[in-house]
Amino acid sequence: MPSNHFYYDLIIAGFGGQGVLAIGNLIAYAAMKEGRHVTYLPTYGVEMRGGTANCTVVISSKEIGSPIIYRPHALISMNLPSLLKYGPRVLPKGLIFLNSSLIDLREVNRQDVEVFPVPVNDLAIENGNPRFANMIALGAFIEKTKLVELFTIYESLEKVFDERHHRHIPENIRAIQIGVEYTKRFTPFREEK
Amino acid sequence: MDQSCEKVLVRGNEAIAMGAIDAGCRLFFGYPITPQNEIPEYLSKHLPPLGGEFIQAESEIASINLLLGASATGSRAMTSSSSPGISLMQEGISYMAGSELPAVIINISRSGPGLGGISASQGDYFQATRGGGHGDYRVLVLAPSTVQEMYELTYLAFDLAEKYRNPVMILGDALLGQMKEPLIRKKPPPMDLPPKDWALTGAKGRKPNRIKSLYLQEGELTEHNWKLYKKYERMKQEEIRFEVIETEDAHLIIVAFGSMARVARSVVEMARREGVKVGLFRPITLFPYPEKPLREISRRVKHFLTVELNTGQMLEDVRLSVERDAEVYFYGKPPGALPTPEEILEQLKKYYGRSGSA
Amino acid sequence: MEIVFKRPECLIDVPFHFCPGCHHGIVHRLVGEAIDYFKIRERTIGVASVGCSVFMYDYFNIDVLEAPHGRASAVASGVKRARKDLIVFTIQGDGDLGAIGIAEGIHTANRGENITLIFANNGIYGMTGGQMAPTTLLGQKTTTSPYGRNFTYDGYPIRMAEMIATLEGSAFVARVAVNNPSNLMKAKQAIRKAFQMQIEGIGFSMVEVLMSCPTNWGLSSLEANRRVEEEMIPYFPLGIFKERKMADYL
Repeated sequence: MPSNHFYYDLIIAGFGGQGVLAIGNLIAYAAMKEGRHVTYLPTYGVEMRGGTANCTVVISSKEIGSPIIYRPHALISMNLPSLLKYGPRVLPKGLIFLNSSLIDLREVNRQDVEVFPVPVNDLAIENGNPRFANMIALGAFIEKTKLVELFTIYESLEKVFDERHHRHIPENIRAIQIGVEYTKRFTPFREEK
Repeated sequence: MDQSCEKVLVRGNEAIAMGAIDAGCRLFFGYPITPQNEIPEYLSKHLPPLGGEFIQAESEIASINLLLGASATGSRAMTSSSSPGISLMQEGISYMAGSELPAVIINISRSGPGLGGISASQGDYFQATRGGGHGDYRVLVLAPSTVQEMYELTYLAFDLAEKYRNPVMILGDALLGQMKEPLIRKKPPPMDLPPKDWALTGAKGRKPNRIKSLYLQEGELTEHNWKLYKKYERMKQEEIRFEVIETEDAHLIIVAFGSMARVARSVVEMARREGVKVGLFRPITLFPYPEKPLREISRRVKHFLTVELNTGQMLEDVRLSVERDAEVYFYGKPPGALPTPEEILEQLKKYYGRSGSA
Repeated sequence: MEIVFKRPECLIDVPFHFCPGCHHGIVHRLVGEAIDYFKIRERTIGVASVGCSVFMYDYFNIDVLEAPHGRASAVASGVKRARKDLIVFTIQGDGDLGAIGIAEGIHTANRGENITLIFANNGIYGMTGGQMAPTTLLGQKTTTSPYGRNFTYDGYPIRMAEMIATLEGSAFVARVAVNNPSNLMKAKQAIRKAFQMQIEGIGFSMVEVLMSCPTNWGLSSLEANRRVEEEMIPYFPLGIFKERKMADYL
């Protein structure tokens, strides 16, 4: 771990059923495995599938105070309502990672943040597994931010997922890799800002 | 990293269930209510393989009375609920305090009054710290602030319940129950506990034991109430727990417990970065309240900002604790949206100016 | 000289505080005899409910726990779940079981908790001074039904034994009376059977005992016994309503 203070927080948001909580859990778990302090705070409540879902992940080299973040460093936005709600709150110079399969880029009206669109649903359908769009988003986001090591994410899969989902781990890994590859292809965009 | 392999990332609610299991609790009685359902769900899965018993009771009233019965045998037992359910349990808690029965009661509180909502709230502070049910009694109340503490304080609660033969309550809230953090599942050191010669185990080779709270003979109940009082006074001597952060050179101290203390910790960090000298006083035991250490600090520091997820409950204890020339300010947030550190910092600066040090 | 009749070992030799003619003493004795018969005194826990039955701990030479009003069957279940080797019984009055604690009673039976419940039904609140109970008969005058119980205002007397017998979880349910020697002998058998069911692990057993309350009924002891026969038994028929031969899991 670097001796200087590390701190990063992000909000992951979308529809219930899009797997946003799984993204948050995996990032938090991997960061913990890498020796960081972490908090993971989901929304909870009366809605199950189809409602709004979001979670906040804080990663730090020191003990974490508030797990509630109003102005995050990054937003992973899986649908339009979550972009409209959390987009304006992202810190200047922060990152808005958005699912461009469902969100029109013109909806982003921030000039002071980096916007990274990934058509995660289209990529998932192209690759024959529409259910793993969230893992594509995760792979693309991690490749973009280098927040944790990819292999730590792979190691975390069996810890985070319930045993009955373990047989799908290879598909999850493949989906994560699709996301990673996408980011690598579009990295030049990052330098154009 | 070292130790990272021992860590698990769990919800506060799961940490409580793990703490209970590690403390030797094998009996759980409860009724579903959000936001504490992960506790009964976890225990319904993990207690039976350990030879334990899990009952989903017909109500919180039944839950607390199943707990009363199990506890009377000297067994470690627990119930958990959230605010409206804890209200229903007050009768049984009063009986257990009166009958001097140890038990652990978890309140992952939500917001009220009435059905209220499921958001985090600290509106049950009075109910928890002032007894809650009828009669002149107290419950020992522990307020965790991290997932690790949810585990450790639950473990401790079982020991304290037996040490004092008194119900112990863990007062958490929706935020702490639902949040995930790393947990190192390491048992705290064992405590020397008195023998359970009072327990109902069958009157074999001894006189029958009676566990009751009805005292009708003249003078009996007076004596019983004084006995309970002495126990609460002993708790005040021996069980005060609190945490202080950056209080040495502070001009203003935030007083907050549970989830609010976490937000307050961030406020202290942000303020310090701006050169604003503030500290945090975090009570871990809400009853007994850490009056003495807070009074000690108030001899040096004269400005206190109490921050709570309600309209002012612990505030009264802070006022009662500090020296009379100390100013106590309040920033309350009734249930709904949780305050952000930025929001509290802004409030704090108003009062910090008055401390003559800005 | 041979002793042919003595106090059961598990009853303490103290003067009764119950009113003259009250059937509580008889029920205590029958329970005591059953405990002695099975030689389980040293592993039996009594759960006292709120009402006249609360003073159980003054009379039984066994460990006793006092429950909040209406919660005795939940408390007894808690004891039993914690220590399955113990024999657990409770005596609950009609207010305790039929009114304030009806949910706990029904669910205890429905879970098939392996405990014994003696339901003391005298159709009136004795300890609080003669108010209407859930089992007060239609037309019966009490301090809170001064014009007589009227179903349009007060509903009907509840037949607990029949209701509990319909639940799949109950193993043994009977209603008995102790108002004459013949009924008394049947009551003794039923209470013994109820304990036997628990000892054998067959499940929840309940014996409803029709009892007199001469004081609050405003009758003499003999008149009260007659009232049990003439007014209570016609509405609350005696008999065994349910008797399982084996536990669900056997």
